Amino acid sequence: MSFSGAPTFQWPPRGFSWRLYHNFFTSPVWLDSLRNSLLVALLTALLATTVGTAAAVALSRLHGRLARFVRTLLMVPIVAPAIVVAVAVYISFLGWRLTGTVPGYVLAHTAIAVPYVLVSVTGALGGFDQRLLKASASLGASPWRSFVRVTMPLISRGILTGAIFAFIVSFDEVVIALFLRSPQFQTMPVQMYNSVTVEIDPTISAASSLMVVAVTIIFLVPQLLRGRARRR
Amino acid sequence: MTHDTTVKATGSSPGTRSGTEIRLDHVTKDYGLEAPAVDDISLTIEPGEFMTLLGPSGSGKTTTLNLIAGFETLTAGTIVLNGADVSNVPPHRRNLGMLFQHYALFPHMTVAQNVAYPLRERRADKREIARKVAEVLELVQLTGRDDHHPAQLSGGQQQRVALARAIVFEPRALLLDEPLGALDRNLRSALQVEIRRIHREVGSTFVFVTHDQEEALNLSDRIALFNSGHIEQVGTPQQLYAEPETLFTARFLGDSNVFELGQAALDENLTWDGETWGIDPGTVAAHPGVRTRSAIVVRPEDVEVVNRLDEVPAGANAVRATVRDVEYMGAYRTLLLTMGERRLPGRARVSALHGDHAVGDDLVAWWRPRAQRIVAA
Repeated sequence: MSFSGAPTFQWPPRGFSWRLYHNFFTSPVWLDSLRNSLLVALLTALLATTVGTAAAVALSRLHGRLARFVRTLLMVPIVAPAIVVAVAVYISFLGWRLTGTVPGYVLAHTAIAVPYVLVSVTGALGGFDQRLLKASASLGASPWRSFVRVTMPLISRGILTGAIFAFIVSFDEVVIALFLRSPQFQTMPVQMYNSVTVEIDPTISAASSLMVVAVTIIFLVPQLLRGRARRR
Repeated sequence: MTHDTTVKATGSSPGTRSGTEIRLDHVTKDYGLEAPAVDDISLTIEPGEFMTLLGPSGSGKTTTLNLIAGFETLTAGTIVLNGADVSNVPPHRRNLGMLFQHYALFPHMTVAQNVAYPLRERRADKREIARKVAEVLELVQLTGRDDHHPAQLSGGQQQRVALARAIVFEPRALLLDEPLGALDRNLRSALQVEIRRIHREVGSTFVFVTHDQEEALNLSDRIALFNSGHIEQVGTPQQLYAEPETLFTARFLGDSNVFELGQAALDENLTWDGETWGIDPGTVAAHPGVRTRSAIVVRPEDVEVVNRLDEVPAGANAVRATVRDVEYMGAYRTLLLTMGERRLPGRARVSALHGDHAVGDDLVAWWRPRAQRIVAA
């Protein structure tokens, strides 16, 4: 449908044309929203991966009630209904003047992305031999150096998977973004939502196709890396 | 670190006794369980010494090693390396090499990268690293395996890589935590020889933890025998075997015939089960407990057997015995006996050429008073 020549939504698509893609890549509204989305998603992936990895490493060393409580607390955003999180975020961010700003989007998206990083890094740490850290310390490496040179390389796949999940959670997120949007700053999912509810703009079919392709490529990255690692 | 001589010593100069003195002063580690894991231990390990911490599992030997390494915090006491108190120094600043039972090689690094790891942490320059890595891999006889990953090596080779990695940075001392425990019998003895040779060549202090008495007797300059959180006895392997102070030591190292005396007058003679036995004052342990509860121990190789009481030489201590079983060990036989009216289990080692003994035979077992040892029970 994204390759349709028709000026409105039609099924089955008639003719073949790049027109809708041309629309997409020449419209400042769409391009801005794409740029915003990429920016927010990248920063979210960075922040959520850092926080989630740190939390996973810390929790892997702690046992008992407190650790279980913290773990559950961090997982809450995954089970809480999106609209509840969105309203709560909106109300707090209004007071903090964070609505419609990049830090606002990044913080809100990080909160819902951290659980994905936590799960994937915790999984990777399950196969990590903590005794290697003792060896590393005995060889003169500080805890931070041991993390960089031993832990991180050995759980890199879990970290990468978590980062990709975090990126995609943010890139796809629409409910919180709807609440946080401002006339000057919108993410792509919000623009897509507008284009079907307000404008009925067929460019959305090109936009959604692009999104699916992008997300698919990102998901394939670890598969490709794994293939390369195995050949080595 | 001006007090540290090991760092400056060249790793491969043979015969240098440039090790570090390790002093444990009233060291205690209490996890809050029934009894402290390590209970008020004091021990001085001499520079360049091969000290083995020997004991059954749960006796506190591994905890003590972890305290020296810094992986456990002290509940009380101090640990002093060459005069410097390191009790509160984190493990990565103690400059002690460590060898683990499970090798603990970094799986994502090659052999050369593993061995270079401690040097890179110390920011040595590239050529220096390459030279030292090659040198130490030659020392452990693994030249040419530089680019292998640990998973491609056998257990024995992996432990040799770990050994190379633990000594390449010329640590103040090497701590070995049952490093041969995961290897099969042949490899164990090969690596024992290897470890002894490297100890001779490097000349630094080695602290070796094991529960295997043969390994301890074989390798050590001195042994500290651990028993439920305290040190039972410290001494050379010969001292511990030939002059045990306590019944625990006598039983842990080698086989013993044990005659419990309770509180006995340890003067000229004593009677046991109706037999009158002589005592050699030189064989009474110095341990203070020997006055309140004592036991006579006799090694099976010091026990001789004869058929009749009148064949026992004058001055020897004798006891009537019945053969319970015979173990044929090739060069010798071990007779499993029941001794005296109390029917104590006992052992005598006899030459394989020396007569035939059948199960059920009545004998007389005897030994010289100076062959026995009177220990605290």
